[in-house]
Amino acid sequence: MSIKTYKEATWEAMKEEMLRDPSVYAMAEDIIGNGGSMGHYIGLGQAVGDENRVLDAPISETAIVASAVGAALAGMRPVIDMRFSNCLPVCMDELTNQAAKSRYMFGGQGKVHMVVRCPDGIMKMQGAHHTDCLEAWFAHVPGLQVVIPSSPAEGKGLLKSAIRNDNPVIFFEHKTLFKMEGEVPEEEYTIPIGKARVARDGKDVSIIVYGVMVSRALEAAKVLEQEGVSAEVIDLRTVSPWDKETVLASVRKTGRVVVAHEAVRQCGFGAELSATIGEEAFASLKTPVVRIGAPFVPIPMSPHLEDMCRTLPKDIISAVKRVLS
Amino acid sequence: MEKIVYSKEQARELYEKMATIRYFEACIKHDSLAGEIPGFVHLYIGEEAIATGVCAALRQDDMIESTHRGHGHCIAKGADVNRMMAEIYGKETGLCQGRGGSMHIADFSIGMLGANGVVGGGYNLAAGAALANKAVLKNDKVSVVFFGDGASNRGTFHEAMNVASAWKLPVIFVNEMNCWASTTPYRATCNVENISDRAKGYHIPGVIVDGQDVFAVYEAAKAAVERARSGEGPTLIEAKTYRIEGHFVGDPELYRKKEETLKIFQDTDPLRIFRQKKILPDAECNEIEARCEEAIRKAKEYALSCSYPDAESFMKYVYVD
Repeated sequence: MSIKTYKEATWEAMKEEMLRDPSVYAMAEDIIGNGGSMGHYIGLGQAVGDENRVLDAPISETAIVASAVGAALAGMRPVIDMRFSNCLPVCMDELTNQAAKSRYMFGGQGKVHMVVRCPDGIMKMQGAHHTDCLEAWFAHVPGLQVVIPSSPAEGKGLLKSAIRNDNPVIFFEHKTLFKMEGEVPEEEYTIPIGKARVARDGKDVSIIVYGVMVSRALEAAKVLEQEGVSAEVIDLRTVSPWDKETVLASVRKTGRVVVAHEAVRQCGFGAELSATIGEEAFASLKTPVVRIGAPFVPIPMSPHLEDMCRTLPKDIISAVKRVLS
Repeated sequence: MEKIVYSKEQARELYEKMATIRYFEACIKHDSLAGEIPGFVHLYIGEEAIATGVCAALRQDDMIESTHRGHGHCIAKGADVNRMMAEIYGKETGLCQGRGGSMHIADFSIGMLGANGVVGGGYNLAAGAALANKAVLKNDKVSVVFFGDGASNRGTFHEAMNVASAWKLPVIFVNEMNCWASTTPYRATCNVENISDRAKGYHIPGVIVDGQDVFAVYEAAKAAVERARSGEGPTLIEAKTYRIEGHFVGDPELYRKKEETLKIFQDTDPLRIFRQKKILPDAECNEIEARCEEAIRKAKEYALSCSYPDAESFMKYVYVD
């Protein structure tokens, strides 16, 4: 194990996969000059010894996504990067009609093995066009997979799996993760897509989260522990497919559930979790599920307004207190 | 350019492809109006020379991206008409096992990467396939994207033309200028008479060709293919044609007069124009047509004899297992 930032760990994942498989290439706007929006591709072409496999794209999001679909159908494994998740709506046809449906519509001819990396979430006053968490949009589309890592080690293992996976993967990475440090195994490893992990064992309440919310939930759980509450934290890792079995097992154990995300609460992925828990584990629930997320508002720029849209450990703690009361 | 002398065999092949498309589409029209075909169909009658001429200039391992009006492209690239018919009828033996139908028909084994229900959805897919082939796989395959005049007004057109030109991708943009964007006359929503003029903005060749003359289309495509294969980049070909049928089968066509359309068809029918060149005797053309008519009759018989996809497997192919 060694300590690495998320940026370093995922850079290594890219490098290892590009060295392992010559059909993997990376394309994004500004991927060379500053190494991408978070500097997470700096020197990648040189590191793999093939600068032709790291391509600067024009500011043409539809061309970036659709060319990746076409290249995948021709046999490649593109990794493209949208710079910010809010560029995704520019190319919804390419993602939801072309990438997601091609294999099915064509009766199994062709595979759309591609990864769409999307830095997302609130970092600092970037305003409504650079901060949305859009995972629920894509979890609603059959044919796409949606992966949301929570730490450097998770990011590396999940990105490697996403690249090797034969399906189109939307890979959301919270912008604040890139500087996060954590232990990363030295040896080769991958993390399976569709399998949640119990990030913290507990018995009084299940906190179900993914992505950046995992570290926030763990922080909340520590505070709760001091108050005598044993909170279990489930890191979903992927929201499509999502690991119903692990979630329901935790719910059956604790009987109390908080679902939290940074995306707006209305129609967020928490609604799917909460509804499924209600449908399949109602008898185990001691109190109704509480789900928390951002208010139903475009993320404002002004710092104190932006703060009102964050889902922080204190919000998780107060949600836990609600389900315990 | 040196004048190409066509052998009888080449001419026969071109005529047979066009006639196959014509009889295929006539059958689809009849069966669709009779309510026998499930789903939405768009016909290629009158435009046969474009797909035929372009695909004759391609190898089997070259790739094409098609449109919602895609049967002609599929046949011209070499798809089996039995399996095409079965697909349009929604049968298990169809090219896409009944999951695509007319608007999403595809045959990857011959480089036909799919019809597309989204107008203007194919350009960048073709550019991506070309990028893969040129930059990473390092082979000399070319990609063709067919598109209508209406589709030329999508923003995707600009993005694809720009990247194809910037990276000298082996892509050929084939515009089927059939004068109608669904029910709207092309010029009502665009102030540019010739779509090929737009090529100038990307510093690539833009050529106009008579889309009713299969030989002219073939020659334009051949030049574009040679340019693409030799690494010089894309070409925009504008093939002038006319949409003889409605936008879809069942279109009431309130926006135009039937007799005018019929007159245009009589004057520009690509099969008739072929015959006028007297490269093949009429009797031989008649024989070819009789053979095509019979092949299509059998394709329909085949499709009718096949079963619908097994309901239990309908989730198959949403994800790769």
